[in-house]
Amino acid sequence: MAGSGKAHLRDAHAALLRVEDLLVEFPVGRSGLKVHAVTGISFDVLPGETLGLVGESGCGKSTTGKAIMQLPAPTGGSVVFEGKELTGTKGRALRNIRTRMKMIFQDPISSLNPRRKVEDIIAEGLSIWKLGTKAEQQAKVDELMLDCGMDPAMQRGKRPHQFSGGQCQRISIARALVTDPKIIICDEPVSALDVSVQAQVLNLLEEMKDRYGLTLIFIAHDLAVVKNVSDRVVVMYLGKICEVGPPDILYSRPAHPYTQALLAAIPVPDPDVNPVDRPTLGGEIPSPVSPPSGCRFRTRCPLAQDICASEEPIIHEVSAGQYVACHFPMGAGDKLPMPTATGAKEL
Amino acid sequence: MRSKKTTRDFGTDSYAGPLLEVNDVATHFKTPRGLVRAVDGVSFTLERGKTLGIVGESGCGKSVLSKSIMGLLPPRNVVRSGSIRYNGEEIGSAKASEMAGIWGTEMSMVFQDPMTALNPVMKVGKQITESLRYHLDVSKSFANETATELLRSVGIPEPARRVSQYPFEFSGGMRQRVMLAVALACGPKILFADEPTTALDVTIQAQILDLLDEQQRERFMAMILVTHDLGVVAGRADEIAVMYAGKIVEKAPTRALFSSMRHPYTEALFKSIPKLALPSHSHLESIPGRPPDLVDPPAGCRFAARCPYAQPICTEVEPPLIQQDELAHVAACHFPVGTEAGNEALARNKAAGVVAADSKVGG
Amino acid sequence: MADKVKVEKAATKKLGIAGVLSLAWMTFVSLVAFLAPWLPFDDYATSHLEALKVGPFIAPGFPLGGDQRGVDMVDKLVWGIRNSMMVALGAIALGFLLGGTAGLIAGYFKGKVDTVITGAMSMLLAIPQLVLAIALVAVLASPYIGSDGMNQFPSNGRKMIVLIFALGVVTAPVVGRITRANTLVWSQRDFVLAAKAQGAKNFRIIFREVLPNVAPAMFSIALLGIAVIMVAEAGISFAGAGLPADVPSLGNIIVGGQSLLLLGTPHIVFEPVIVIFLTVTSLNFLGDIVRARFDVREAAV
Repeated sequence: MAGSGKAHLRDAHAALLRVEDLLVEFPVGRSGLKVHAVTGISFDVLPGETLGLVGESGCGKSTTGKAIMQLPAPTGGSVVFEGKELTGTKGRALRNIRTRMKMIFQDPISSLNPRRKVEDIIAEGLSIWKLGTKAEQQAKVDELMLDCGMDPAMQRGKRPHQFSGGQCQRISIARALVTDPKIIICDEPVSALDVSVQAQVLNLLEEMKDRYGLTLIFIAHDLAVVKNVSDRVVVMYLGKICEVGPPDILYSRPAHPYTQALLAAIPVPDPDVNPVDRPTLGGEIPSPVSPPSGCRFRTRCPLAQDICASEEPIIHEVSAGQYVACHFPMGAGDKLPMPTATGAKEL
Repeated sequence: MRSKKTTRDFGTDSYAGPLLEVNDVATHFKTPRGLVRAVDGVSFTLERGKTLGIVGESGCGKSVLSKSIMGLLPPRNVVRSGSIRYNGEEIGSAKASEMAGIWGTEMSMVFQDPMTALNPVMKVGKQITESLRYHLDVSKSFANETATELLRSVGIPEPARRVSQYPFEFSGGMRQRVMLAVALACGPKILFADEPTTALDVTIQAQILDLLDEQQRERFMAMILVTHDLGVVAGRADEIAVMYAGKIVEKAPTRALFSSMRHPYTEALFKSIPKLALPSHSHLESIPGRPPDLVDPPAGCRFAARCPYAQPICTEVEPPLIQQDELAHVAACHFPVGTEAGNEALARNKAAGVVAADSKVGG
Repeated sequence: MADKVKVEKAATKKLGIAGVLSLAWMTFVSLVAFLAPWLPFDDYATSHLEALKVGPFIAPGFPLGGDQRGVDMVDKLVWGIRNSMMVALGAIALGFLLGGTAGLIAGYFKGKVDTVITGAMSMLLAIPQLVLAIALVAVLASPYIGSDGMNQFPSNGRKMIVLIFALGVVTAPVVGRITRANTLVWSQRDFVLAAKAQGAKNFRIIFREVLPNVAPAMFSIALLGIAVIMVAEAGISFAGAGLPADVPSLGNIIVGGQSLLLLGTPHIVFEPVIVIFLTVTSLNFLGDIVRARFDVREAAV
């Protein structure tokens, strides 16, 4: 899955956001080693689309989201938003772009300043850029609070610790919407919430997306959640792209062995599905400090051959709209072999 | 520090009744705000070798319940009541010194976060053998061999080398395996698994759940699997208890529960899970509002305020856990889902325009 | 997602008897210190024959007795408190201005800026603090040769300013380290990232997002700091580098009285010591209460 290549990119003029060869590396202490968090990934988002970025911890999905925001700027590659290159943009120009490109974070508590009132938190975007009079800002805040299912009169003056996790995410969504952004990057926005509340927040995001004509990048580790909100899904593993496609196709006939294993590993709330009968992946995710050569998934892949170690697979189309980075993509109906031992393999 | 076992003997296999009988257990915490009724009258039984899944959302009392049964809560500011019988013997009011004979050998626990549950400055081998040597008084070399064997059985590669490593040298999934080895060391009859896979990635979660399954079968061990995820228990538990606001609202054999959910909360919880089988952009049914404050729980049914079936009686009379169509299937609801009374109640609410489901306020 | 029992913290807690007493004492002391010039107290140079070396509760009109020159101890303590408070408040303000700013900048920007600032603070901390303060006083407030070739003695005002400066400089690295540690914690929170992601400038983030969260802890440190500085001022007086004898401070009253400690007038030493003790204890109590009170409860998700 060292999936490089750009076969899945669409017309550059049509895309609202286009990321090419994105590279993010962090130094490990002073050892001279590097964490290869994201290694040469490319994707694009069309206006009005929701792109789902999905993968397990360490796959680089959150890093990708932050790199798009230039927080911090990526080590390499290009990020083009509304036809403008963001890498290398600095100072006021970059800060200004952040009114049209917002972010929602995972932790509802950590992402809100406990000392500020809800109305100030939501209005911050307007206040930074001195948009509108005080009264206009107040009106906008009230409108957004209503839209996001809060009661402005009652809750405007409260502080974040007086709200539940779900309500905090509503505040975050309102804060993101205040400057009428074009795109919102949602970094695991519902992972910290209980399922029943998660559904409320997901529904709210969908609603806001329609109302404000938003484009979303939705980052999550939960495949079912990503499927629910996305128009296109990118599956990542260890800093690379494995597979790209429309969710309904990708989930019904995954072409990448990792996608299939990931889908098989999800606990299904159905007692007739015996989890023991499904293929599980052995081993663990390798360290991003020294990722495997060739395809990064090969150490855990039941289908791996010699070529997977020597050559990095390039993303190519396997069916209409479905792209995969694998030397041996799986066809419809192909199943991964069952693992031989239940124990973990040493890598 | 070696001390001989001084506590009672709980290993009487001659007892014919259930392994664990929990009767009307309540656990309240004294706080400056008042008494928090974290667990408020819970009863169930657990047979040898069986798995009970306890499912509920944050704050429903599921973790407090398992800690309370094991006697792991600090004595200060905690009020426990009710009866807990293990192998026929009452342990509900046992002191920590008496429980020490139970921990490890009879009951063990695996926690959500292995990093905080394992001692960071002690080699994992030592952590495994500690309980062995304390309880079973075995020789050092025998204990070491057993530790290696245990690590092998929980799927840790190169166990002989790994016994002398520290927890930080293991990945998250491997640490959870180590914790399981520690828990299994003295051959407990009941394993409490408290959100054992919540902190793990899905592929690793599947490995750990399979491992728990395998170990349970091999050892004929009973298990209480506490989780927020109905998916985790669906394929693995024999019986499922759904908890809400400190109480069990529905309990049934797994298949019966999924084929005929009777409590509106169980139904709502199930419906709010995004499912892989559904096409993308399908509208999710969420539960409006939030759970009640356990300092001052409402009269009647605690779910009433969020329930699409609720009728006036629900806010006045607390529904008892009563038997549904199957013997082992109980639910605490005046208007159970799928029954005539339930359908009528739902229809009445719909006609009156009371749509509790997916109201935007709250959360 | 474990079931957390939410325990409401100290926000609902009462002050307690210790808190009430501390608050009462500090209010009293502060009022006396600030209002001294307008209150009917004598100048601290006014001698009263009938109060000469008189212990407390003996001579009518002199409840706390008089010193070796017949100055009413009440007058002396009032002015001593005032001067000691001025020194302590001035020094803590300077310490916070220097140290707090440095700590915020180091903790927020991290990297090279942090290395330089932390290094400088470590160097200052490596010198024993009392020695550093005395050295600063010695350099800045020693007699110097004036334009007329005569020895010039620095004025009392200059001496006080130099003392405040010296104690402030000594306080700065301590405050700086604490501020930096707090800032590091808070600036890792997502709301700081969220502010950046909205296009906020760094200094706006420092003032609006970080500082309000760091400040409560710092305020409680400041209360403890005042206490520490009052004790330090007494120490410096012993080393002869404190305020001159004709400007009473709690420290130099003790120094002035120590030679008479065993000669029948121990109250000259004990009275300021008691004042210092009560003040330091009260400030410690209040510091703890302030910290607990500003601890924002963060509801479990």
